[in-house]
Amino acid sequence: MMDLLTQPVGVAHYLVVGAILFASGVVCMAAKRNALGVLMGIELVLNGANLNFVAFGSSYLAPGGQSTIGLDGQLMAMFVIVLAAAEAAVALAIALCYYNSHASIDVDRANELKG
Amino acid sequence: MAPINWHSVFFLLFALITCGSAVAVVVSANIVRMAFYLVISLGAVAGLFFLAGAEFLGALQLMVYVGGTMVLLIFGVMLTARGPLVSMQTGGGQWVLATLVGVALLAVLLRTAFSVDAWWHGPETADQVVTAKDTTTPLGLALLGLRVDRPDPQQATAPQGVLSGYLLPFEIISVHLLVVLIGAAYLARAKKRVGKPTGENAAGGGGVSDE
Repeated sequence: MMDLLTQPVGVAHYLVVGAILFASGVVCMAAKRNALGVLMGIELVLNGANLNFVAFGSSYLAPGGQSTIGLDGQLMAMFVIVLAAAEAAVALAIALCYYNSHASIDVDRANELKG
Repeated sequence: MAPINWHSVFFLLFALITCGSAVAVVVSANIVRMAFYLVISLGAVAGLFFLAGAEFLGALQLMVYVGGTMVLLIFGVMLTARGPLVSMQTGGGQWVLATLVGVALLAVLLRTAFSVDAWWHGPETADQVVTAKDTTTPLGLALLGLRVDRPDPQQATAPQGVLSGYLLPFEIISVHLLVVLIGAAYLARAKKRVGKPTGENAAGGGGVSDE
């Protein structure tokens, strides 16, 4: 623990945080019954991926100040943020549509398409 | 004892806030509290972006995610959180299965992070001064197809009009945003009759909806 406070952080520290975010998001997506809870899980997963992109592109974390992918990581993360915003807008519209027609937001009851 | 590295201290602070809030989102059953914890988690991720030297991306995360997407999500929570829908309990079997999947995924990802030894070393000396580079201008130029951060040796000799940046994805994503805007507005438009799909509503499309 004290070692962590005195040594500079590397890429792997960010990867650990990203892994925890990703796993939390997957559990959230799988276990929540509220459709908006599933959406929040998706946001967590996308943020975990974004954190990895930024960590690999950062020159502050790499040995010698030379990152492997440079600015490409930040550009990918920008595209992911924009796509996440678009995805949230459409998914929220679908959830509201479902709520209007069924008076419920429970994903377990959305089984009319079941074959 | 070695002097305290404040970059690592702040990284630890933001990392703990991020992970704690993310776990709180999972274990909380109340949808309103989940939204609040998610705001905290995403804000701390923006702090991690700042610490990694991505200051434009951190600002973008705060503005677009915490300021835009989360407001949208909280509006959805406010519109649908009514009575028993505020907190829905999940069955025990589903929790066990989901936790199993999550722990397995976490084990794989952590094993990957621990497997490469070079990833654990930051800059060699703790007091090494990394010159702060402005990333906003290179990012904007890369979106226009010009890479000033990574000089391409072929670009000088390439024929006119051949670019190595991100102009095409930028155009595609802008059209994509327009499509999403129209689609979301169409899906979420106000309907007069709730829960009664009539013939004219199904056939008329957008024409029959008013206010």
